Amino acid sequence: MTQIVTRRELVLAFIIVAMVLLIGVRAPVFLSFDNLRFVVTDTSVLIMMALAQMTVILTRGIDLSVAANLALTGMLVALLSRALPGLPIPVVMLVALLIGAGLGLVNGLLIAGLGIPPIVVTLGTLAIYRGAIFIVAGGAWLTSKDMTEAFLAFPKAEFLGLSSLTWVALVVTIGFYVFMTLTRTGRGLYAVGGNPVAARYCGVSLRLSQVLVYTLAGTISGLAGYLWVARFGIAYADIGIGYELTVIASCVIGGVSIAGGIGSVIGTVLGALFLGVVANALPLINISPFWQMAISGAVILAAVIVNTRSEWKPQKLILHEARRAAAGGQK
Amino acid sequence: MSVSEPMAETPLSHTAAPKPEAAEVHGQPTPEQPTPGQQTAASPAPANQSARYTVLDRKPFRLIDLMLTWEMILVLLLVAVIAMNTSISPYFLDVYNLSDATVNFSEKAIVALTMALLILVGEIDLSIAAIIALASLIMGLASVAGVGTFGLIVIGLAVGAVAGAFNGFLVTAIGLPSIVVTIGTMSLFRGIAQVVLGDQAITKYPQGLQTLGQSTIFSLPPLPNSFFIFVVLAIVTGIVLHRTTIGRRLYAIGNNPVAARFSGIRVDRIRFVLFVLSGLASGLAAVLLTGRIGSTRPNIALGWELEVVTMVVLGGVSISGGSGTIPGVVLAVFVLGLTTFGLSLVNVPGIVINVLLGALLISAIAVPLVVRGIMRGLGR
Repeated sequence: MTQIVTRRELVLAFIIVAMVLLIGVRAPVFLSFDNLRFVVTDTSVLIMMALAQMTVILTRGIDLSVAANLALTGMLVALLSRALPGLPIPVVMLVALLIGAGLGLVNGLLIAGLGIPPIVVTLGTLAIYRGAIFIVAGGAWLTSKDMTEAFLAFPKAEFLGLSSLTWVALVVTIGFYVFMTLTRTGRGLYAVGGNPVAARYCGVSLRLSQVLVYTLAGTISGLAGYLWVARFGIAYADIGIGYELTVIASCVIGGVSIAGGIGSVIGTVLGALFLGVVANALPLINISPFWQMAISGAVILAAVIVNTRSEWKPQKLILHEARRAAAGGQK
Repeated sequence: MSVSEPMAETPLSHTAAPKPEAAEVHGQPTPEQPTPGQQTAASPAPANQSARYTVLDRKPFRLIDLMLTWEMILVLLLVAVIAMNTSISPYFLDVYNLSDATVNFSEKAIVALTMALLILVGEIDLSIAAIIALASLIMGLASVAGVGTFGLIVIGLAVGAVAGAFNGFLVTAIGLPSIVVTIGTMSLFRGIAQVVLGDQAITKYPQGLQTLGQSTIFSLPPLPNSFFIFVVLAIVTGIVLHRTTIGRRLYAIGNNPVAARFSGIRVDRIRFVLFVLSGLASGLAAVLLTGRIGSTRPNIALGWELEVVTMVVLGGVSISGGSGTIPGVVLAVFVLGLTTFGLSLVNVPGIVINVLLGALLISAIAVPLVVRGIMRGLGR
């Protein structure tokens, strides 16, 4: 079974590499190190957000409020840095993490504490967080003129030839990989999504897992909020509008099953990279960027069809094995 | 405090196991709410005697009571909204203003009816707004090519139905989860509209189509066409859902699709038809909306899917399927529509209204849950 999962990820990785090479044939500049580095930098936020969303989807949930959380946290830290220009950037980032975590915790408590379906709760908080941006800023836009040099500098900084955004995404990815594969809590998320009742009997609580994953999704959204606002130097009520669907699309393309319990860190990262490559390649090969939405829609459908086909095997695994055993190990 | 109790709470109403407890619970609300035609007095007694093995012809009373309570909450909310609006603006209780208000939510409300049926059977269609955009686009292209009003209406409805059939095919024939399928087709349909339109707009529409979207069917109570269509469709949908075997089948599918299939209901065919109807309703909304605003832009009806889902969920339709009523959805449509209208009369920005609507959605579901939790706590 591990092999099937790996093969699916290999196929996706192969598709991405083939796509990059094909684009390189049309526009050789795409293959330059600088451009590839830019593509990865541009996709960093999506990778982080997709990984957090993956943990939510694993528990059979969905978080539609992540983009609104991103925008609200971004606005709040921008206001904070305007009010206290001397604040060191690590503190600003910590505040962003905490605000995001708080907003995510609200989702988690409503879902786990009251048992309201995740889609309803996050649909509600999506509207509330978006509106809150308008209220806290009085409808104003904050531009780079309202932000300090240090606030804007971090996402543009480079270490060892890679952008700080790439480094953050790398650290987050490794963190998620360790969490999902090596820790008891991380494995528990698969158990909860695969079979909540069985997981309960094994001592894994659905509710605690829910509080955890929505808080986690919020925390990452908060961090992404700072990075987004500082990178583009602008904060207003509509930043990242509809981005939650791109995040979910990354997960689906990466093989995360919307029914819960199936999904991997590597697959999700590849799913996000796929969308990042498409978004960055279209202008270079003279295809109108208006195509981006239609293409990602078609890719989501293709990916989900492929994933559903391959998910059937694990579901019937026991029967499959039994039949194979009965047939004397042949086929 | 133990984990298993509240988790078990929701599914209990469908199963036979908790009958003794359920009998106690619905003993309390019945005196307050005389339900016509439900033989309230007769049933509890036999239910207590052979509680474990009673299989009722109809749903257990507890569910019906709950729904009545839900609709009561909505009625109270509606009264509160009307009272609030009347007090904050002297222009609210004006026949012409109110008729104007209905125009702003009637198109969404039409789609909410089919969305309610889909959610009732445990599916969802997030592509409705994108279908509206696609249908409006094709109508626009046809209009530029010289097609008349009647032709445009047919085209709008047909595009909607085909798009809905595409969703239905992916969900039923290939067996994909509807939420993923419709997130995908949402991007696909609106993406096509974006590719064709770019940053342009189509504004050349025949007068007949604009008249359909803008005028009223009667002049004395000024009843806009779109609102009239919504009312008619709501009555038809309500009758089909609550008074026919088709409606009973929808509830059966929503509660347990596998059991429904084993009892001879053609689950996939019904699902497919519902997706086509959802597309058709979106096509109808596209016809009315395009006529009303007289233009097609790539961002037409952007974000409507979430507003429509909000209408349905606030209307008491369970997002996991199997329960909900059309009167509830209609009430929720009015609560949301009139709140938006009243607040915009006093110049509250739309995005701030959304905060209230979001809070309303969560609290409308949370408050009854909390109250019921407290009642259960006191009952022990």
